[in-house]
Amino acid sequence: MPTNSGNHKQNAVNVREMIEEKRSSRSISNITEKLIPTILFIIASISILTTIGIIYTLLSEAIEFFKIVPIWEFFTGTVLKPLSQNPEFGVLPLINGTIISSLIAMLVAGPIGIMSAVYLSEYASDKVRRILKPLLEVLAGIPTIVYGFFAFTFVTPIIRSIFPEVGATNILSPGIVMGIMIIPMIASLSEDAMTSVPNAMREGSLAMGATKLETTFKVVIPAAFSGIIASFVLGISRAIGETMIVTIASGSSKNFTFDITQSMQTMTAYIVEVSGGEAAAGTTIYYSLYAVALTLFVFTLIMNLLARYVSRKFREEY
Amino acid sequence: MNQVNTKKMEKRMHARIQKNNLLKIVFLLATLFGLAVLAILLVRVITQGAAWLDWDFITGRLSTSADRAGIMGAILGTVWLMIVVIPVTLIIGVGSAIYLELYAKKGRIQSFIQTNISNLAGVPSIVYGLLGLTIFSRAMGLGNAVLAGGLTLSLLVLPILIVSSQEAIRAVPKYLAEASYGMGATKWQTIKNVILPASIPSILTGAILSLSRAIGETAPLTVLGIPAFLLPFPEGVFDTFTALPMQIYYWTLDSSLVKEYAYLAAATIIVLLVLLFILNSVAIFIRNKFQQRY
Repeated sequence: MPTNSGNHKQNAVNVREMIEEKRSSRSISNITEKLIPTILFIIASISILTTIGIIYTLLSEAIEFFKIVPIWEFFTGTVLKPLSQNPEFGVLPLINGTIISSLIAMLVAGPIGIMSAVYLSEYASDKVRRILKPLLEVLAGIPTIVYGFFAFTFVTPIIRSIFPEVGATNILSPGIVMGIMIIPMIASLSEDAMTSVPNAMREGSLAMGATKLETTFKVVIPAAFSGIIASFVLGISRAIGETMIVTIASGSSKNFTFDITQSMQTMTAYIVEVSGGEAAAGTTIYYSLYAVALTLFVFTLIMNLLARYVSRKFREEY
Repeated sequence: MNQVNTKKMEKRMHARIQKNNLLKIVFLLATLFGLAVLAILLVRVITQGAAWLDWDFITGRLSTSADRAGIMGAILGTVWLMIVVIPVTLIIGVGSAIYLELYAKKGRIQSFIQTNISNLAGVPSIVYGLLGLTIFSRAMGLGNAVLAGGLTLSLLVLPILIVSSQEAIRAVPKYLAEASYGMGATKWQTIKNVILPASIPSILTGAILSLSRAIGETAPLTVLGIPAFLLPFPEGVFDTFTALPMQIYYWTLDSSLVKEYAYLAAATIIVLLVLLFILNSVAIFIRNKFQQRY
């Protein structure tokens, strides 16, 4: 039958075409198979380029700065007057402000964070925990600029109504608010550390007649100690790098003082003030930005490495 | 032989239990402290800002007089930032995650990139601002255009997205990929047709969360020198812009000069928080609706 054989022929051609097509598409897909890993590797190396970019820009511009201001003078100078006729660039006022604000923050966040962690991990029922934890995490999701507004327009006036000698800008109020911002971080990291302590240890202690409180302080916390310390160190690192709260609420006076009722400037706030101002590229004050940023970068890097070291080195495996 | 003095024991036990119960309340109060502050903060912002928040404020242009000031420019600026941040972070973030999870050989390079990413996550945002100022604004000549801000913010949130995408890809069970290989699919076909579709809900959740981190960020933008007072609306990625957080920043700073600016800042905060709330709700919705448990 002619029609049938014609059909057959047509099919044969189709199959050959399909094979041809398949072969050519396979060679294309072979090329993609080979290309994709390379493309993805290039994409993944962007994160390394970012690190190199950060270190390179900070170092190269900071070196320019240290050619003008000796490195020794920078790190031991207690006077910072970048805009005066005879500018002086001592970083100690900034380091002092950074440490004091972080210290205040940790005095708030440390105890409250750890007590929250104990409550959530040891005392709260499953139901309560499932409500409280996400709510606490909302606190961590609020932009820092909102906390800055809160510190400046709410916390500072309250402090001033109790202690009238406190200035309109001071380091105490942003320190406290920063602490509140860090609470969820410490609470959730410490809670993770505590919940990973095996129940057998708790039960052993409870069976010996210890109360829940004694079990918590003598068994759970010592067992989770490395995780708790790591959460503290990360909290400090976060406080050191925090910018907007201190910029808004602590003002820009470069006092070298330990009086927490006064305005102080942190390293981060200095960077905001100078870069947002009229520092033209190539001036000493412009280069000082990078020297300060480099100091800040090293501070936080040390803290982050320390946190990882603590949680690795002293972790007790069960 | 001494017998147990039950009276004495009970007394001591009672004191210990009392202490336990007391401290339990203290711990609960500490947990509630954070939430109480959150409540005060929200109530405070709403009572200050709600009266100023109307349609004219949202759609209006900036003005020095508090009565006529509007934030449309800042809203558009934030939208333009999102338009830059979303594709850049998604491509780089998901690409890096695929490479690290599925292509990289376990070894030096992989662990180096991984350590590097977790270190980047700990770098203060202001340092990213300086990086953006040096590279995007000055070296590439983008000035304080949307693109400079968007790229800077993208670099800032990338570590978050990479890590969450890695977790999403890792959560896809091995047997799905094995089945695909068994059908003769190549590696890229398996990734494209099996692994990515299975992990896309979690990846999107992570992407939205990192996006909401990016649009609330202020410090890097201040370093880029985003202007305080800008009348024209941005119309493209090469235009100068201002963003919601920057507007809040300037109004808060100037509130000691003009009292009404504090209310404008509060009203702008409400807009920003509503935006973040919507983003986070979408993320939670996607996670609950589309995430499959294997």
